Amino acid sequence: MAKTKELLFDPVVNNNPIALQVLGICSALAVTSSMSVAFVMSLAVIAVTAFSSMFVALIRSQIPSSIRIIVQMTIIASLVIVVDQILKAFAYEISKQLSVFVGLIITNCIVMGRAEAFAMKNGPVDSFIDGIGNGLGYGAILMVVGFIRELFGSGSVFGIEVLSKVTEGGWYYTNGLMLLPPSAFFIIGFLIWGIRAWKTAQVEADEFKIAPNSKMKEA
Amino acid sequence: MSSNNESVQKTITVALVLCLVCAVVVSSAAVILRPAQAVNEKANMQMNILQAAGLYDPQQSIQDQFQIVTTRLVNLETGEFVEGMDAERYNQRKASKDPSMNRVLSGEEDIASIKRQAKIAKIYLIENGDQIEKIILPIHGYGLWSTLYGFMALEGDGNTVAGLGFYEHAETPGLGGEVDNPNWKAQWTGKQVYNGDAVALRLVKGGADRSDSYGVDALSGATLTSRGVDNLLKFWMSDAGFKPFLDNLKQGRI
Repeated sequence: MAKTKELLFDPVVNNNPIALQVLGICSALAVTSSMSVAFVMSLAVIAVTAFSSMFVALIRSQIPSSIRIIVQMTIIASLVIVVDQILKAFAYEISKQLSVFVGLIITNCIVMGRAEAFAMKNGPVDSFIDGIGNGLGYGAILMVVGFIRELFGSGSVFGIEVLSKVTEGGWYYTNGLMLLPPSAFFIIGFLIWGIRAWKTAQVEADEFKIAPNSKMKEA
Repeated sequence: MSSNNESVQKTITVALVLCLVCAVVVSSAAVILRPAQAVNEKANMQMNILQAAGLYDPQQSIQDQFQIVTTRLVNLETGEFVEGMDAERYNQRKASKDPSMNRVLSGEEDIASIKRQAKIAKIYLIENGDQIEKIILPIHGYGLWSTLYGFMALEGDGNTVAGLGFYEHAETPGLGGEVDNPNWKAQWTGKQVYNGDAVALRLVKGGADRSDSYGVDALSGATLTSRGVDNLLKFWMSDAGFKPFLDNLKQGRI
């Protein structure tokens, strides 16, 4: 039981795929301009990561190591297509907004990373839970970034107006940068800083030491 | 992992079986969900048409609301209705890519940068008895990043704008993407397209005078998108676009 909990919640803060491993940044930039889109994207990634890990784990003893990456890729790609088709059938509006990014889950390093690093060595149940956990970690960051970007960029949360915009006769000047992908870089950067300030164990050692004579000195 | 897994035979078997299983899963998902997706796509298009005409009511089912709309095909060159073709099935976007059904536009003519134009357009009419109340015309053209696809709704006189809306584009959110802003779209209603024979409707940089019945505010911070919208309007309202049809309609020839 303790292990399940660890598998499920460890990736949310302690070993977050975006904040610690810095994977899956590309889609985190693209789909976070509104929270409802980010939410559906998170669900899609959770589903794909969980099921791909489970299927990879199920057949892990049969996979020849020479083609293991392509086998994982095929499983992930099939699942992504299925998710995309389901979205188009049942959540058409959102699938239009996600457009290519659902397809790009295939290239999301988190999914591939979990299949290769965890599912190849563990059983299907553990792998499934690990997939959900990592999907949750990805989703958590997406929701935080989405909240900040939607609130300051469009003055709303989940499409419900919180700050009344000047363009609609209110007082709030929307921050255009927040609607553009680069803003997510800043927000994710600050999040990583915040998490590492809180969990100091995540701080990486310097790759090189600054030579003493280039340090600032009193004149 | 046993060394047995590494044999050529095993590798090929695993690859084949996996491909087969995945292919079955993917294709059955596509086939099973296809009807639901087609319904969504159709409803979405109908919603766009109703929205452009300013008639959409989210409280009611789209199908019921769409009952009042008739789909017709128009030959753009002659400006006459095309009979004997199934208007529901006709796909203008596909036709614009089919050499037997399209016309390649010359450089100076092609102000909307669409390169090829279908000879037959699919339009929507809202009729009240014999009277045409609204004419909804499909328009498209290049903005800054993308081709904007939309509908322009005119009143029965073929000159007064009833509404305008784009249903597909990829312009910059917050700048060119403001073509979706309801406040901006509301400005179009009641504007006039033609002044005499020329297309006078245009976007005005820096804001149109409120009394100007041909001018609509350009989008701030989105010069190129505004220019694209302006060009595509000029194109579709000109002789290359719907002008012959609208002229026929005004003179009661059809």
